[in-house]
Amino acid sequence: MPVQYYIFLSIVLFCIGVMGVLMRRNAIIIFMCVELMLNAVNLLLVAFSKMWADAGRVDASGAQIFVFFIMVVAAAEVAVGLAIIVMVYRNSQSVDINIMNRLKN
Amino acid sequence: MIHLVWLVPFLPLLGFLVNGLGRRYLSKSLAGIVGSGAVLAAFVISLLIFLEVKAPGFQAQTVTLFDFISAGSLHIPFAFQVDQLSALFLLIITGVGSLIHIYSTSYMHDETSEGFARYFAYLNLFVFSMLILVLGANYVMMFIGWEGVGLCSYLLIGFWFKNTAYNNAAKKAFVMNRIGDLGFLLGMFAMIVKFGSVTFPEVFEKAAAIGEGDKIIPVIAILLFVGAAGKSAQLPLYTWLPDAMAGPTPVSALIHAATMVTAGIYMIARSNILYTLAPCIQTVVAVIGLATAVLAASIALKQDDIKKVLAYSTVSQLGYMFLALGVGAYTTAVFHVMTHAFFKALLFLGSGSVIHAMGGEQNINKMGGLKKYMPVTHITFLIGCLAIAGIPGLSGFFSKDEILAETFINNKIMYGIALITALMTAFYMFRLYYITFCGKFRGTHEQEHHLHESPAAITIPLIILAILAVVGGYIGLPEVFGTHSLLKEYLAPVFAGSAPFVHEHEHLSHNTEWLLMALSSVLVIITIFLARAWYRNYEDNGVPRTGIAKVLENKWYVDELYDAIIVKPLMMLSRFFEEAIEKSGIDRLVNGVGRGVHWGSQQARLLQNGQVGFYIFAMVIGMVVLFVIGFLLK
Amino acid sequence: MLTVLLILIPLVAGLITFGLKGSGPKAMGLIASLASLAVTLGALFQFRTAPASLQFSANWIPQLGAQFSVGLDGMGLMLCLLTAISFLLIFIVIFNRDYERANNFYGLMLLSQAGLVGVFTAYDALLFYVFWELALIPVYFLCSLWGGEKRIPVTFKFFVYTFAGSLLMLIGLIYIYLQTPEHSFSYASFTSGSVAPQDQSWLFWLFFVAFAIKMPVFPFHTWQPDTYEQSPTPVTMVLSGIMVKMGLFGVVRWLLPVLPKGAYMWSDVAIVLSIIGIIYASCIAIVQSDIKRLIAYSSIAHIGLMSAAIFTNNEQSLQGLMVQMFNHGINIIGLWIIVEIIQNRLKIKNLNEMGGIAQYAPGIAIFLVTISFANIALPLTNGFIGEFLMFSGLFQYNVWFMAVAGLGVILGAVYTLNMVQKVIFGQSNQLTETTTDLKGNELLVLSIIVVIILVLGVYPKPMLELVSSTTELVNKVY
Repeated sequence: MPVQYYIFLSIVLFCIGVMGVLMRRNAIIIFMCVELMLNAVNLLLVAFSKMWADAGRVDASGAQIFVFFIMVVAAAEVAVGLAIIVMVYRNSQSVDINIMNRLKN
Repeated sequence: MIHLVWLVPFLPLLGFLVNGLGRRYLSKSLAGIVGSGAVLAAFVISLLIFLEVKAPGFQAQTVTLFDFISAGSLHIPFAFQVDQLSALFLLIITGVGSLIHIYSTSYMHDETSEGFARYFAYLNLFVFSMLILVLGANYVMMFIGWEGVGLCSYLLIGFWFKNTAYNNAAKKAFVMNRIGDLGFLLGMFAMIVKFGSVTFPEVFEKAAAIGEGDKIIPVIAILLFVGAAGKSAQLPLYTWLPDAMAGPTPVSALIHAATMVTAGIYMIARSNILYTLAPCIQTVVAVIGLATAVLAASIALKQDDIKKVLAYSTVSQLGYMFLALGVGAYTTAVFHVMTHAFFKALLFLGSGSVIHAMGGEQNINKMGGLKKYMPVTHITFLIGCLAIAGIPGLSGFFSKDEILAETFINNKIMYGIALITALMTAFYMFRLYYITFCGKFRGTHEQEHHLHESPAAITIPLIILAILAVVGGYIGLPEVFGTHSLLKEYLAPVFAGSAPFVHEHEHLSHNTEWLLMALSSVLVIITIFLARAWYRNYEDNGVPRTGIAKVLENKWYVDELYDAIIVKPLMMLSRFFEEAIEKSGIDRLVNGVGRGVHWGSQQARLLQNGQVGFYIFAMVIGMVVLFVIGFLLK
Repeated sequence: MLTVLLILIPLVAGLITFGLKGSGPKAMGLIASLASLAVTLGALFQFRTAPASLQFSANWIPQLGAQFSVGLDGMGLMLCLLTAISFLLIFIVIFNRDYERANNFYGLMLLSQAGLVGVFTAYDALLFYVFWELALIPVYFLCSLWGGEKRIPVTFKFFVYTFAGSLLMLIGLIYIYLQTPEHSFSYASFTSGSVAPQDQSWLFWLFFVAFAIKMPVFPFHTWQPDTYEQSPTPVTMVLSGIMVKMGLFGVVRWLLPVLPKGAYMWSDVAIVLSIIGIIYASCIAIVQSDIKRLIAYSSIAHIGLMSAAIFTNNEQSLQGLMVQMFNHGINIIGLWIIVEIIQNRLKIKNLNEMGGIAQYAPGIAIFLVTISFANIALPLTNGFIGEFLMFSGLFQYNVWFMAVAGLGVILGAVYTLNMVQKVIFGQSNQLTETTTDLKGNELLVLSIIVVIILVLGVYPKPMLELVSSTTELVNKVY
């Protein structure tokens, strides 16, 4: 399969993630959308890795290492982020991000 | 003796320093002795120099003290030039100056001793500057004296500095002189460009080499004339001189009649070659001189202040001298400077004696019949009047008649106007004489009680000047008398340079000359009798003047005109600059930049609204924009 | 070595002064300025015998090609002399004034002196820039801490104004630095002519605006009257007497030799701006009622003539300019000293409230008249020589320019005599009757100034000779 298909898929996934982050107010969904963006990037990385490997480059698998990195970071992020959301929910009985609009003033 | 010429200005300078620095410690008599002694000593040296210069075949000598300015190719030495012209002026300045210093010791006696010393310091400084002016060997040296006398004139007009009107007069004099000085400066720069030098012999030689027809010489000549018009109170810059009468009367006599105001004549006589090479400018000089003479004489007809009459008379006589210069009669102009110095100083000092006796009163309507109280002043003043009016046999007659004759050769219309001016002069002078000295006394009883003849320090200079006013004319007897003019012969080397360029005029036949003399003499005598008839028993009826008399009394409203077309617009322009351009223009623009930054920041601050979503949105937009730019740039 | 010493003395003395108490700062100020003057006189002597020994160079930031290279030529020496004399006079005249936090006041004053001397001696562009700022910053603090009631906005404006100019200059410096083949900030490589003519055109404006703000030239002048009015008078003396000369100096030392073609291209514009400034500032000075603002505007008018003279490309006017830099500094400091004395006695700045001081304080009157007339360039005072030569040069450049600029001579007489008349002549009032005459130190300082005025007015030759070497140099490059 040509690499373009993967690129288009990952662009679509990424854009869905971006739109979700921008438009939704539920913190959990925003969180999921962030994960979606990360995974779109992961998909892209793997796709390019495969592409270069097919072309005969021996160091092409290095990109897949990044995928693992991103997964690990994402896992850590989920741990912290969900914890924050849970704390917010306990305080305000809501996961609407507009309630968290406390940066101003 | 010539190499000691620096002593002549140095002695008054020394007097200035002693009186100026020691004004608190010197007694009045000491200050007077120092002040008068310095000038008297300068007079003695001048006399010795004059005797040396008088010898036939004397060549102009330059005494260089040090290098004043040297920048690039321009070298201006601090040097004095002694020749026939400067030696003559030295005599006039120090001679009349000494008399006026002596006179002042008595006239200024009511001052505090500090003010007294200050007065003599200024007067000495003035003599110093005036001597530098006439001794300078180049135009920059002349300019030093030129501005120096302006400074002293400023200080002395405003001598009684508590009076705001006097201060304004002083300021006006200085500023108007500065207008002329700008012309002088421009003329000098034009000289530097054209001749590369400002030293007299070099400039004159190069000018003579260029000859007539070059455009720059008329330009230089007219620029220098602007300077001369400022200093010698010619149209349109004359209005400061009548106001300058605010100063003490001896100052008016010395500075504003006998010496400083003749600096312009000296300058043009010195630069005679430049003017001879620029006939069109000569015409300008003659016309301006004549116009000034008529205008000032007409104003003098209706003035009631004794000093104002004399002031306008001075302006008018200076106009006469410029007329002489304009028709190329340089010697005659210098001759008139000399005789005028005698009789005008005499008249001013006489008026000072009157004012002194009247306790400061200057209005002639309040005087009258003074001849029986002040015989010496009366006689000397009368001699002065006769001299200035041009009664045959007195000094004024010879010099004035020579001017008239030279004008007649040149232009008959100008001659006519000049003759009328001479008649006006005779009329206003005898009006002044009769109102002041004849008739009944019109002042208060208290004033009448105090009337007295002035002390010897005042009357002796009057007598000496009266003698000079009588005999001073005999050094320049016209040729019709069967002799030759001593002065013409003496000054010939000074004007030798311009002689080759003079356009020959027909000479007056002796008959014509006799006729002219007789005509003017008869007319003058008739005018005097007319004045006698009108003013011998003058009564001040207090009726305000109307019509032309009112216009003349108000000096043709020239001051008001200048106020309306120069002073007021200048002030308005200044206010406009201050309010419209400075405060609401440039400064508002500058502050506007600051305010703009402030406002912009305040707007930008609103972007930080704390909405995480908005930040992310902005970030995404930013990324998209970057992508687009990236694509476009590819 | 003397040159380095000249910078080090005020720098070190200033730093020490911050830690002193009581009358220590005053004493330190006097000692340091006396020492500076002595060293300057030494340098003056050495300049006659061995001018090369006044150059000093050491490694500073070799990676950038910046050297600590300082030296003195005729013009630099003359301005250092002006700085040394001025600071000494200022310290003497304020000797019996008490400032709060005197240690900081004197310390900052000395630091600004170090900065000024640095500017006048630097032969490395980066070093020049550093000193340029070093001279500015202490003055900012002096104004904002000891100034008048509106000091905060005014000094802020002053700082932003001059700093904006400095940054423009920095951009220009860096650009030229990148153009030099060996990437060096040294004077030699800057003046080696490596800047392309089309670059010189816009680079000229970067430098000219920086210097024009400092001088100040119309229309970059609006910081100046406000700052002069609000600053404590000693600081105003430094600002108007010496700091404005930094701008003029910058043009002669850096702008003309580094960007000769740019200067040539824009000389008409620069001269026209300067001449507008003369007339404009003179007119405004006529209607001022605040004595400090009046003198401030008169200074703008005088500087206008000087900046016009620079661009005439004429030996006479350059020489006149340099002499005038010194003489204007002396005269204007003399005027400010009198203002300081009057303010100290009467606590007023409004001319209309003054009058009649001559009766009660003849000393003040005599000195005011003398210095005022020097300020309007009366012959035989120091002001005349410079103005004469500058006008002469301007005349040779363009007759009409000179004729218009010459109106400044007349207007100058108007506003100066107005000021003299309103301050010392006329009737006295209750307040001015209390004026006491000059005291010892004031008399001393003013006498020194008047002696300088007269000596240099009558015999300007040594001064003209001192600066003639620089003129020749500039003329050769230009």
